Amino acid sequence: MVLKWLTGNPGSRTKRILWSVLLLLMCMAPLFMTPFRLGLLTKFLALAILAVGLDLIWGYGGILSLGHGVFFGLGAYAMAMYLKLEASGTSLPDFMSWSGVEGLPWFWEPFRSFPAALILGMLLPALLALILGFFTFRNRIVGVYFTILTQALVMIVVTLFVGKQEWTGGTNGLTGYPSILGFNLNTPSTKIGLYFITLAALAGAYVLCRRIVSSRVGQVLEASRDGENRVRFLGFDPSRYKTFAFAVSGGLAGLAGMLFVLQVGIISPSMMGIVPSIEMVLWVALGGRGTLIGAIIGTVLLNSAKTGISEAYPEGWLLVLGALFVIVVVLMPKGLVGVWSKVVSSLSRRGGTVHAAVRKEG
Amino acid sequence: MQPYAKKVDFSVPVRGEVREIGISPIVLSAEDITVTFGGFVAVNGMNLALRKNELHFLIGPNGAGKTTMLDVICGKTRPAAGRVLLGDGLDITKKRDYEIAGLGVGRKFQAPSIFANLSVKENLELTLDPDRSVFRALKVRRNRCTTFEMKKVLEQIGLPDRLHVRAGSLSHGEKQWLEIGMLLLQKPRLLLLDEPVAGMTDEETMKTGMLLQDIAKACSVVVVEHDMDFVRSFAAKVTVMHEGKLLKEGSMAEIQRDPMVAEVYLGKRRETNAQAAGH
Ligand SMILES: Nc1ncnc2c1ncn2[C@@H]1O[C@H](COP(=O)(O)OP(=O)(O)OP(=O)(O)O)[C@@H](O)[C@H]1O
Ligand SMILES: [Mg+2]
Repeated sequence: MVLKWLTGNPGSRTKRILWSVLLLLMCMAPLFMTPFRLGLLTKFLALAILAVGLDLIWGYGGILSLGHGVFFGLGAYAMAMYLKLEASGTSLPDFMSWSGVEGLPWFWEPFRSFPAALILGMLLPALLALILGFFTFRNRIVGVYFTILTQALVMIVVTLFVGKQEWTGGTNGLTGYPSILGFNLNTPSTKIGLYFITLAALAGAYVLCRRIVSSRVGQVLEASRDGENRVRFLGFDPSRYKTFAFAVSGGLAGLAGMLFVLQVGIISPSMMGIVPSIEMVLWVALGGRGTLIGAIIGTVLLNSAKTGISEAYPEGWLLVLGALFVIVVVLMPKGLVGVWSKVVSSLSRRGGTVHAAVRKEG
Repeated sequence: MQPYAKKVDFSVPVRGEVREIGISPIVLSAEDITVTFGGFVAVNGMNLALRKNELHFLIGPNGAGKTTMLDVICGKTRPAAGRVLLGDGLDITKKRDYEIAGLGVGRKFQAPSIFANLSVKENLELTLDPDRSVFRALKVRRNRCTTFEMKKVLEQIGLPDRLHVRAGSLSHGEKQWLEIGMLLLQKPRLLLLDEPVAGMTDEETMKTGMLLQDIAKACSVVVVEHDMDFVRSFAAKVTVMHEGKLLKEGSMAEIQRDPMVAEVYLGKRRETNAQAAGH
């Protein structure tokens, strides 16, 4: 009975109950977590927004991006620029005066306004993804070649951000902003507020992606992943579908970056570089690609592990990361969600309730 | 004469049906098509006119350029010279493949290429909606209702009870039919099929032939085929290609009487007869 309930047997009522319980638990988290732990959880949930968008293009569209750090970074910088300007008041941001800049560069101006920063934080990465997607997918650059291109994008953007120190803060990035809209970022009440905002944003991102994959767009994405040519001769232009999904994914990464900055209080080029970009893919792979929920689970688990391991053995993390990568690729190609449904189906087969398992596999 | 007829009892008259060749309107014409692959001329000034309600067979020895001809029509290959016109005069030579598909030219490649990971229903759903834009697609939920049209096509292709089966688990013949069904839902004006019965059992071949005749009642159908018995049983009109050129066009009887065709086909004919005897 319990097993049947856990497997989320087709009846949508059990599913709804399961979701409500989960959401209720998440809402009560501030009651039993210290502000520090809550802050960590908020950070993970923010990153999970990116992972959901990454799963949209990778799990459903078969497009592997190793460049999501850039979209994430653009969102993070957009928010940080606003915060920095708010903190500097009427004077120039500190790093600019150190580099001898006279006046605020024109492209910093829009970020004086909070709503503008909020919109640009999602719009800029979405637009960059749209442009990159438009030119690559239309010219049928797919698979490994596309992935390499996304890596090139990372290198270009990181180099630019490091090089233009007077505009971006260089290697140090942007930091030193204690408050947002007058709320101190470090007080427990602000932390709780940010937690709920992030939770809501994640829920929104999840619902958005769920809607996309359960619409015909998801169907066309999956179909072109399995046979792009065939889709073309059915009258679809797969490049438009891919570009659309890639832009949505970029925008979500930007949103994740904005919420992330509010938690950690700093963004620097190294946080949008190649290693973080690869790590993001691993979150999705570990959780199970093509499931959306797996992306969230993978992100929270891996980042918790990262925090725990880095606290104990600072150098250990990269080793664990490498090992995990091998294990996931070799032993669990469908990630944790895949392992879970396999266990559930073999258990319930023994228990005699075969239907649920068969439907899951189908 | 008709080896399939002995094994399967079919009450529908196959060749008795009256079909007025040359009277129905032209659906598509390819004019003076030349295709070269790095200096090698695969198709050389080929002409082809396809008419409504016609089951038109394109035959010829290996490497004659039949597949290439279909590729040109559906926009997969760009011709070096010549043009392709739709019946209403629209020039589609320079259009992109998905645009040509959107104009009602359906192409079936030789190997079955359905989407194995989607159900039969989801495969059919893909082609159901004539609007192929992203924004339209965002509004439509997948795997929802089964429409009347879908049921009709399922009946037609003989898979009425396989709606929820994963397409990858269908048999080879069923996959080919499903793919034809997907093309049918697009309400095409022209269907291009490359060796659709290759690898099918005699019974499946028979069924496919009857299906194609049925389809030709509503549009124009072009079939590239090597199986001469199949061509004999179902062809209304036959075009023979040889070394990228048009060799002969006419009814099957005319083709069989033609000495040039006989010469080109001599080797091939023996082979086919031997195969037929082996069955
Ligand atoms: N992409 C290509 N590059 C180079 N040569 C090609 C290409 N496609 C086809 N050819 C050549 O063009 C000629 C015509 O090929 P095509 O596939 O149209 O023949 P076909 O009549 O369909 O033959 P078959 O009956 O064997 O399928 C062949 O000699 C083939 O080798
Ligand atoms: Mg061929």
